[in-house]
Amino acid sequence: MNCRSEVLEVSLESRQVDEAMLALLHTILLHRSTGKFHYKKEGTYSIGTVGSQDTDCDYIDFSFVRVSSEELDRAMRKSVGEFKDALCNSGSDGVGQISLEFYQKKKSRWPFSDECIPWEVWSIKVNVVSLANEQERQICREKVGEKLGEKVINIVEVINRHEYLPKMPTQSEVDNVFDTSLKDVQPYLYKITYQITDSLGTSVSTTMRRLIKDTLAL
Amino acid sequence: MDSDLSPQDKKDLDKFIKFFALKTVQVIVQARLGEKICTRSSSSPTGADWFNLAIKDIPEVTHEAKKALAGQLPGIGRSMCVEISLKTSEGDSMELETWCLDMNEKCDKDIKVSYTVYNRLSLLLKSLLAITRVTPAYKLSRKQGHDYVILYRIYFGEVQLTGLGEGFQTVRVGLVGTPVGTITLSCAYRTNLAFMSSRQFERTAPIMGIIIDHFVDRPFANMGHMHPCNYRTADEDEGVTYPGVEDSQEVCTTSFSTSPPSQLYSFRLSYHPPALGSADLCYQPVFNTAQPHQMVIPGKEGGVPQAPVQPSHGTPADHGRMPTCTPSSMARHIPATPSSSREEAETLSQSSEAKSNSPPDILETTFTRKVGAFVNKPANQVTTACLDLPFAAFAPKNFDMEENDLMVNPPDSPVVESPLQGSLHSDDSTGSSGPLQDDFVMVDFKPAFSKDDLLPIDLGTFYREFQNPPQLSSLSIDVSAQSMAEDLDTLPVKLALYEQKIDEFDAFVETLQ
Repeated sequence: MNCRSEVLEVSLESRQVDEAMLALLHTILLHRSTGKFHYKKEGTYSIGTVGSQDTDCDYIDFSFVRVSSEELDRAMRKSVGEFKDALCNSGSDGVGQISLEFYQKKKSRWPFSDECIPWEVWSIKVNVVSLANEQERQICREKVGEKLGEKVINIVEVINRHEYLPKMPTQSEVDNVFDTSLKDVQPYLYKITYQITDSLGTSVSTTMRRLIKDTLAL
Repeated sequence: MDSDLSPQDKKDLDKFIKFFALKTVQVIVQARLGEKICTRSSSSPTGADWFNLAIKDIPEVTHEAKKALAGQLPGIGRSMCVEISLKTSEGDSMELETWCLDMNEKCDKDIKVSYTVYNRLSLLLKSLLAITRVTPAYKLSRKQGHDYVILYRIYFGEVQLTGLGEGFQTVRVGLVGTPVGTITLSCAYRTNLAFMSSRQFERTAPIMGIIIDHFVDRPFANMGHMHPCNYRTADEDEGVTYPGVEDSQEVCTTSFSTSPPSQLYSFRLSYHPPALGSADLCYQPVFNTAQPHQMVIPGKEGGVPQAPVQPSHGTPADHGRMPTCTPSSMARHIPATPSSSREEAETLSQSSEAKSNSPPDILETTFTRKVGAFVNKPANQVTTACLDLPFAAFAPKNFDMEENDLMVNPPDSPVVESPLQGSLHSDDSTGSSGPLQDDFVMVDFKPAFSKDDLLPIDLGTFYREFQNPPQLSSLSIDVSAQSMAEDLDTLPVKLALYEQKIDEFDAFVETLQ
């Protein structure tokens, strides 16, 4: 199976990184989350309800909709915060990439660990710029807002192509497809990773794999 | 085509399309209310949330949507459209965007209605949630400036995009294939909002002057009786009545800003904020008119949802309904109450006529100089501390007007204290006021710390105030020498006093550490 890969690129100020990443990641997760499954007898199940919440950005002229789930929001903020810290502290010229990968688990026999097979990867390339004065910052604030709007439209366009989605699983298989650890919503299994390009721009000096959900074996 | 579809699937599909259309309207209208929307996720299915999404149902909106559909469904050649427009206090309106739900002939015979189509419609609604926050009208609707009103209109049939002006953009939200056709959801939105500001450039100064004076004297006076549920201007003016039309209106007041923001011109329009009536409409608690629906899906693909309960109307009121008769095709803007609907429809139909006939006259906007957000000040009270870049383009016209006023009646110059200063500037002040009173010429005035062609600030006053600043006391030799001598005399006394109290000072310093 081929993994679908999409790349989005944004240039912004360092103080805008958090909100921009949250906006895009939450927009993707909004489309890749369902309500909680409740399996019943005879192989049927019912689906819970996903709520939505408007969020305004403080440093960007932009608002976005996210899933109403504090757990999910916290997880996103944690990942994005780590990415931003790495981006700002690495001493690089402010170029990095954060990736949201949706995957399925495939059970393997002992002693082999479960295989994680990605089916969709969203990569957001970030280029941090420094601005000289307040007027430039104001313009940047609005321009980044417009840019994020375009990215949201891109995301929606890709998602509405209705390409591969994992099959709806049986009760025994649900943890191989969905992240069932949240109590109010059920996103597809995902992980967030990021890379910071060093100042030479030629090689990846830091690659950190931070797992939001414990899916990888030893 | 339909023969391939089982009766149950056909019935389910029709139901899905119907409730998808209703939910689409809800999402769009709620996104233009001007408030942040928040609905809760629920792990336990209540059976009442269509497409597994928590989307509240505003009864009036549902009612209007059902009225527009009139028992039909969006289909091939039959589009359901939600038009979002902006209305000024003068009754002029401008279309901002049109959302269009329609169907084309491309069928997907193999798709499973009860499962795949349903889930994809759910995905499409999520996309709609995202896209409604991205189009320019969202920002307009969120700015609660009490100036503009955002209205919606639902109609069924052929899409009308002529009101969006030239260069409108289209964004496709998404599409879902079904066995009877492909459902598509798209939005066409106006991009050229800057035409409103460019029209201001075309206005001559006296018009702007009149508008300023008019509204400065009695702000909101004309609008005191206006509120979104009850537009009565047309009625008062003309006494025209219309047959009762059931109506509802979502109104969001906003101040209008053109785009791109670097050339921002804010218009302060005299418009009374919506009264409580509209707020009630906007924020009624969840009133779920969608049918209770328990989606039961087997583990594998396929399966049929349980038979749903028939929906009940959210709004029990059933007024006599007659279509509003207007010359233009923009038939029914949607006021809030039956009694107001006729006046509203009348006002809006007239405004739409006016718009089509004479575009330059649409926006008789009040121009108030922006000294701070939402603060109106008369022209001559603007000070140098309140310079505001967005009004740069207007500055020359107002500037001229202000200069005219002040040159005719120049304020008194400050008293000159220093003989040196007085000798330098007195001639200038005398000289400047003389010829300027006779023959006003503004162009070459470029005093320091004040940019020309910037704000309509009172440049002449500024210049006069600062051309004769008082002498700094520290620079005066006599004064400084005198104070130094006094200081030196008192110094020993002070030192002795401080030495006595040294313990107190030490204790104070320790408390700080």
